[in-house]
Amino acid sequence: MKIILKNLTKRFPNRNKKAGTDVIAVNNLDFDIPDGKLVGLLGPSGCGKSTTLNLISGLEKPTEGRIFFGDDDVTELPAMNRGVGLVFQSYALYPHLTVFKNIRFPLENLKGDAKLSKEEMAERVSKAAAMVQIGDLMDRHPSELSGGQQQRVAIARALVKMPRVLLLDEPLSNLDARLRLQTREEIRRIQKETGITTIFVTHDQDEAMSICDLILLMKDGILMQSGSPQDVYDDPENLFVARFLGTPPINVFEGSISDGGLFIGKDRVMELKSCQAEGPVVVAVRPEGFIPDENGPLKCIDARTEVMGRDVSIVSKHDSLFDDCPVMRSIVSADAVKNFDTTRTAFFLKPGKVFVFDSKTGARIRFEV
Amino acid sequence: MKRMEKYKGWLYLLPAILFLGAFMIYPLFDVFVYSFEEGYNFASGTYFGTGTYNYSYVLRDPYFISALKNTFLIVMITVPLSTGIALVISLCLSSIEKLRDLFQTFFFLPYVTNTLAVGLIFMILFKKTPYSDGLVNNLIHLFGGSTIDFIEGPYSAKLFVMCFYTIWVVLPFKILILTSALASVPRVYYNAAMVDGTPSYRIFFRITLPMISPMIFYLVITGFIGAFKAYSDEVAIFGTDLNSAGMNTIVGYIYDMLYGNSGGYPSFASATAIILFVIILTITVINLGVKDRSSINKGR
Repeated sequence: MKIILKNLTKRFPNRNKKAGTDVIAVNNLDFDIPDGKLVGLLGPSGCGKSTTLNLISGLEKPTEGRIFFGDDDVTELPAMNRGVGLVFQSYALYPHLTVFKNIRFPLENLKGDAKLSKEEMAERVSKAAAMVQIGDLMDRHPSELSGGQQQRVAIARALVKMPRVLLLDEPLSNLDARLRLQTREEIRRIQKETGITTIFVTHDQDEAMSICDLILLMKDGILMQSGSPQDVYDDPENLFVARFLGTPPINVFEGSISDGGLFIGKDRVMELKSCQAEGPVVVAVRPEGFIPDENGPLKCIDARTEVMGRDVSIVSKHDSLFDDCPVMRSIVSADAVKNFDTTRTAFFLKPGKVFVFDSKTGARIRFEV
Repeated sequence: MKRMEKYKGWLYLLPAILFLGAFMIYPLFDVFVYSFEEGYNFASGTYFGTGTYNYSYVLRDPYFISALKNTFLIVMITVPLSTGIALVISLCLSSIEKLRDLFQTFFFLPYVTNTLAVGLIFMILFKKTPYSDGLVNNLIHLFGGSTIDFIEGPYSAKLFVMCFYTIWVVLPFKILILTSALASVPRVYYNAAMVDGTPSYRIFFRITLPMISPMIFYLVITGFIGAFKAYSDEVAIFGTDLNSAGMNTIVGYIYDMLYGNSGGYPSFASATAIILFVIILTITVINLGVKDRSSINKGR
């Protein structure tokens, strides 16, 4: 099921009545979610991603704009009739019902032609339970399950009615680190098996990058950029996107462009063939964009190395680094630092890993080398 | 050292043990003893003999039988009705947004109102005087009915006023408990049910009711106990001579046996108190049994 969001806006009245202005949680969101994909709604807390999910599920009504499931306009349709499966952050399993009854709950609501007999329900429930591998927990109560198991029950409950759309609200945030890795693969597998269009809200870019076909990056209710995780990573449209994606985070410098050269501080790090801009800019370099070389143009101080097995990261400092970016971190292969001299640290930069942004607006400034 | 620790604990408990012992345990025990002593006299401290005569007298006393019947009727009518009405009102209260606080205050007012003031209002509503038939009778007249004497008239009318009064008096507390119980059900369960297409009556019976059932059980159990101990409400409406009004309750009967016009029979009063104790204990045990059985399905 394709989902179309058309100029979607959600305003909440301000709690502080004196302020008078509404809080805009989602601002003019315009996006098509293709059928059968796993889509990650990504952004820092308070960016409107959960509100967007609630708008799609029907728990919230948009102030403006429309939502389509395929060709159907569902904007006015209450949550009850939208046929979406929703997995809540807290799982929202009914504590007084067993796992079996929890999963069966949505099926008992079916009416008319869709109504199922007890046997059919039991079969659907056991199918959904098998999908998430909890077949042996059916008689337990939610309080007797671990976080990971509760999560699976919640997914099974959302899947059992064969929803047109599956929505997951921060599904991994209540799990420990190891379980998180395992569960995200699980979500990926279940999504591929069922082919249900799935939207997945998270603030963790790692999660979104690793399993999503498509990510939507939001900030302050505005869609910043969308695309496949790799595309967005390789080609950020603004400084926020560049800084939000990637671990370790991108290194940000104050720089400038003048007479055909890109400067970081006083270091002329790159020759630019064609560039519109002149004057101060923000230069961002991915950790993998450095080539250590004594003769390189970017001169750094206070270098030390951190060995992480296959790779080595060189941690150093530069005068022009942003205040909130205390050290410069580059990741290079272990071979490249065999004869590395930490007293004379310098780098060449890989042009594809260097992004230049307007120092005021943060918009990307493109250049050719 | 370890021994010291052990005694220290008892030392801390001593005030409570002394207090409870003197004012709870000893009287309970004493009442039990009195109830088997025939014709005990407070003043002289003497009695004729021991045996079960007190019990057989009380159980054959028509005043006791009528008090027992009244008490049971009040319990059976007011406890389910008041709990049900409180639940409906709480549900309505929690489903409105505007003026909720105002209505909550209205419904809570009887709880903080003086019993005498409440009694006065019921007089105005129901009592026949040389000047007026009472507000309710005036209403009945308006719709073409004939006057009923609610205070000194037929038994069913008196019972109606009694139950009406009792329900009205216990409602505020129940509403208070139930509205906070309803508010404590996490919103997310309702959202989950809504997304799963659950009709509202099913949300109520499958989610809301099970979630607030501990509070409902609490109200039913305390309601039973409170209604079995009813007395002051009856006095407020029918005056102190409850036997002649035919509206006596078990506690009223006990009081009469001790201090009333026919008073001075502590042995009969004690036997009655023990009978009441056994009744309340039985009902409470049954209630708790029902509660346990219904919470087996909750895994708690």
